[in-house]
Amino acid sequence: MPLLPLTEAIATHVHDGDSVALEGFTHLIPFAAGHEIIRLKRRSLHLIRMTPDLIYDQLIGMGCATRLTFSWGGNPGVGSLHRLRDAVERQWPQPLTLSEFSHAELALAYQAGASGMSCGLMPHHADTDLTRVPGARLSTVRCPFTGQLLTAVPAINPDVTILHAQQIDAEGNVLIRGIVGAAKEAALAARRVLVTVEERVERLRADLNAVVLPSWLISAASIVPGGAYPSYAQGYYPRDNRFYLAWDAIARDRRTFTAWMERHVLGVADHAALLRALGVAA
Amino acid sequence: MTAPGYTPDEIMTVTAARHLRDGAVCFVGIGLPSAACNLARMTHAPRLVLIYESGTVATKPTVLPLSIGDGELAETATAIVPLPEIFAHYLQRGRVDVGFLGAAQIDAFGNLNSTVIGDYAQPGVRLPGAGGAPEIATYAREVLVIMKQTPRSFVPRLDFLTSAGYLTGSGARAASGSPGGGPRAVITDFGVLRPRPATQELELAALYPGISVDAARAATGWPLGVAEHLEILPAPPRADLEALRDLESRTREAQARPIRINLRN
Repeated sequence: MPLLPLTEAIATHVHDGDSVALEGFTHLIPFAAGHEIIRLKRRSLHLIRMTPDLIYDQLIGMGCATRLTFSWGGNPGVGSLHRLRDAVERQWPQPLTLSEFSHAELALAYQAGASGMSCGLMPHHADTDLTRVPGARLSTVRCPFTGQLLTAVPAINPDVTILHAQQIDAEGNVLIRGIVGAAKEAALAARRVLVTVEERVERLRADLNAVVLPSWLISAASIVPGGAYPSYAQGYYPRDNRFYLAWDAIARDRRTFTAWMERHVLGVADHAALLRALGVAA
Repeated sequence: MTAPGYTPDEIMTVTAARHLRDGAVCFVGIGLPSAACNLARMTHAPRLVLIYESGTVATKPTVLPLSIGDGELAETATAIVPLPEIFAHYLQRGRVDVGFLGAAQIDAFGNLNSTVIGDYAQPGVRLPGAGGAPEIATYAREVLVIMKQTPRSFVPRLDFLTSAGYLTGSGARAASGSPGGGPRAVITDFGVLRPRPATQELELAALYPGISVDAARAATGWPLGVAEHLEILPAPPRADLEALRDLESRTREAQARPIRINLRN
């Protein structure tokens, strides 16, 4: 498991046209890695994420993605993701094909992918319009034992899953603590796994049941303090709710958005420079 | 009429909180549902079990989270479980008493749209989408819906069916095999709508003080029926309003705190 500078890790493992899952449910969202994808001008990506959040709003608005698989696309507690909406409603900066699921379905799709299954199963009840939209890939089957009707959700196996985590040890094992979302399933479903971490330690002080990704599962890791900002890393820094509130006005307008991205993402060398520019670096 | 001394959001939140019995297990959404659940926990229902879809179980936040997965929820939780587990082992397995939902549109049978206004392929407004709502609507023993009542949101026909209420009514939901009980109450800024037992069509069951039936009807996009015994709810108790305002002021204070990140290397 090589420890690489973030630019090199992304340049090596994220290619145009790849399916890419940056996971982390509200917590540990890999913003630094997403920004590096934008700086490297990756194109035609199929982005996968339960909650696209601000990082996919940014990737979509900067023209990196042509397809999105997701289950809830808003700015949590604030409102819309305006760049996502602009792409869907007015095809700006380019058309975006949607595949949408419920949270339960998408979590199951990752779990199926992580288990080497072609699909995951859950009970089927009333049909909703989610089963009828273009791009919906849900089907029903009968349980061979009980005859119960089941929904089959196709497995998701991203080309690359990217996570942010708290720590990596000398052997390259990675520790995640706090809200884990479907991060572990998304990583184990992927063909390649990239990780950014807050810090490197000699030995992980992990509780017995803490989530540890063993080094041999990881394609490359990069040390990026603050790499989840403006989301958060439990034990390191809290979620910057003020930034999430401020993003609404920044992203509402194409020009304000583009200017912000040019100044704060394209115009800086790395994530540390972004944190300094925003005045959050201590 | 003089100003009532509380805002529409406040009376909605207090009314929603009053619908929660102590000890119930609640699957909580962000916004008004989260405020109502925490208000209930801080007032009449100290043993209310709050589950947020981020996998935080029996969480006891002292301030309201902005997102469904703020660190505050993790730090005050009894357990944090992975997402596939919260949906499969808790919700789908039938371990949730009350699910709390909002939406952009609701119809007369309590079906909900949180996906799109207009045509799916050419949307007028693309909404955030399903999230946890379809399964909450299916599996929670009962669902509380909380949303502002306007003719644009209380519609005769949904643009998109995201989450099932009573479907077409008159037992259609039970026939679909949905294990949960469906929407027990829809709490609005006018009062409370409840399903009529035989047809499950939502009717006006309670009004806030000073609000007329005609006003509630005018805010509804279908011909709204009125329950045989229309209840007039009391104004929110002062103690509830004070607890809610304290909670909101603590929340504002917490959100104003600047973030500092230590760049070690």
